[in-house]
Amino acid sequence: MNPNETHRAETISIWFFIGISLLVNGVIIVGAGVHELIQPPPPEVRVILFEYHASLWWGAMLAALGAFYCWHFAPSRLSE
Amino acid sequence: MTLALLVSGFRSTLVHLSAVDLAIIIFYFALVLAIGMYLKGRANTSEDFFLAGREMTAWIAGLSFLSANLGSLELMGWAASAYQYGILAAHWYWIGAIPQMVFLGLVMMPFYYMSKTHSVPGYLKLRFGEPSRTLSAICFAFMTVLMSGINMYSMALVMKVILGWDIHFSIWVSSVTVAIYVALGGLRSAIFNEVLQFVLIWAGALLIPILGLVEAGGMSGLRARVIANAGEAYTHLWGTMGSPANNPMGIHWTGIVFGLGAVIAMGYWTTDFLVVQRVLSAHNLRAAKMAPIIGAAFKMCVPFIVILPGLLGWAVLPFKLTGEDVAVATGGHSYNEVLPLMLARYCGPGLLGLGVTALIAGFMSGMAGNVSAFATVWTYDIYGALLHKNSTDRQNVSMGRWCTIIGVIVSIGTAYLVMQFHSIMDYVQALFSFFIAPLFGTVLLGMLWKRATNAGGFFGLLAGTLSSIGMWAWVKVDHSALRYIAMSPQAKDMAENMYRALWSGLICALVTIVVSLLTKPRPVEELSGLVYGATQIPHEEHVSLFHRPAFWGAVVLVIFVILQIIFW
Repeated sequence: MNPNETHRAETISIWFFIGISLLVNGVIIVGAGVHELIQPPPPEVRVILFEYHASLWWGAMLAALGAFYCWHFAPSRLSE
Repeated sequence: MTLALLVSGFRSTLVHLSAVDLAIIIFYFALVLAIGMYLKGRANTSEDFFLAGREMTAWIAGLSFLSANLGSLELMGWAASAYQYGILAAHWYWIGAIPQMVFLGLVMMPFYYMSKTHSVPGYLKLRFGEPSRTLSAICFAFMTVLMSGINMYSMALVMKVILGWDIHFSIWVSSVTVAIYVALGGLRSAIFNEVLQFVLIWAGALLIPILGLVEAGGMSGLRARVIANAGEAYTHLWGTMGSPANNPMGIHWTGIVFGLGAVIAMGYWTTDFLVVQRVLSAHNLRAAKMAPIIGAAFKMCVPFIVILPGLLGWAVLPFKLTGEDVAVATGGHSYNEVLPLMLARYCGPGLLGLGVTALIAGFMSGMAGNVSAFATVWTYDIYGALLHKNSTDRQNVSMGRWCTIIGVIVSIGTAYLVMQFHSIMDYVQALFSFFIAPLFGTVLLGMLWKRATNAGGFFGLLAGTLSSIGMWAWVKVDHSALRYIAMSPQAKDMAENMYRALWSGLICALVTIVVSLLTKPRPVEELSGLVYGATQIPHEEHVSLFHRPAFWGAVVLVIFVILQIIFW
């Protein structure tokens, strides 16, 4: 089973679209996490386990995965 | 208590979105529409529009197969059920999905694929003739539109509860978006978006169980807290099923194994065209066999983002969730709110938007699945078979696009109709047992028994469907009839659905067998490509072990058994 197989007849792979989605969402979430780090919200409105800063590491992980998919399945790269 | 009253009874929204969250949601809508626009030029023939050109790889077909099932009831409904019934809810993901998906891939897919049918009713036409196709096509179209309406209404309800969005706004925005991208790109667009939605669902929902387990003290901490707050029965998958009185669902193990596992789930995963259509888009037979097995592997993991949050509700929430009636009367929270409550508990700006996007993606993938399947069955099995027998390929594509739009409009009407029903979940279960269980009996006998005749197939399907509706009506009129159908005075509504499906499936099989034995069989040569024993199925001896669907099917089944033992 090869997850990197993609739709044969399309110029743009579905995985490229997924990469865009993960990259954009990841960057936005990291940005929100950095903002929370610089200006932490008042304790009474913080989420549970705020001290783990999930926005930062989860967003970074999504962005990294998205960037890899965008690069690996880029239309220009696949058409070479 | 109707759902309309439920909506009006909610006190305030559960979460408040920031500008960052809204940006993520708007970006999601823009991306799915962009994919639809991009794929518009690649849906010019009926094969392209209805079967995505039969060009999908096993991975894409498999993920789409699973994503089409991740509709509105999956994320919210089963998280709520996990809180209400405990880990028993996982039966719907494991014994109610895994063996059936493997069975579809290894046993049934060769016949669907090799017959080159466009739909499940289309297979029935080849195997049992036009009357069986017409009956199943009309039942399917009816059920699909209702399901699509349920999807829409569920999503609008959730958006109302979580975000305070106007229920009509949610229905129209989501349905118009789905109509645009499916009408433009057909099944290919639906599949592309379903795979995207599958990834987003995981990206948005996976953080809840991870952080929940951290807060609860790991699996052992979770188990200890659930036992303390809810009871030992909430942590056992099979151990309490010896008697309906011993478990929160009030069901005996025979109801789960035979009613759910052998009939309802078998029927759903192997004959519901909504999911089977995705696999028919595979580019070759091996990919078509592999796709449901890939889907099964991921399906086994879905309880991690659906069932676990429900159980975590017992472990970490500082208040107890109740049924809808009590929640509205007391101003508390209901079971149905467990997933958004957990989302709001752990997710700050950005992550909250992604979590809400995951919910919307789940709803829209289910809706798109229903609409694209409806368009196919209507065009091929009702319009092309009954109304315009000599339609051209171009006319079929045009009809498919119009059907998508009309299907969405009818679904919107259904969404408003659904507001009158007591419980979405019960309603869907009832629908499944009306049509799906008898259909499974007919298709299975058609594939495995050469002696089954056209008359046997038709009358078996008709008898199974009518008997299911009859049993449902019996319990509606006289609720004490439940003890006879579910074979226990302690039986609850969920048990009734399981047993009604079981009986209707058995009645279908019995009538099919009896009528077939009394009527003239079809010549074996006419059954080539349709029935075991009359079909030459390509062998896979030349393929390496790791490329064989049977090997991966066995791996999935072994893991499935291990999970049953771990959570026994």
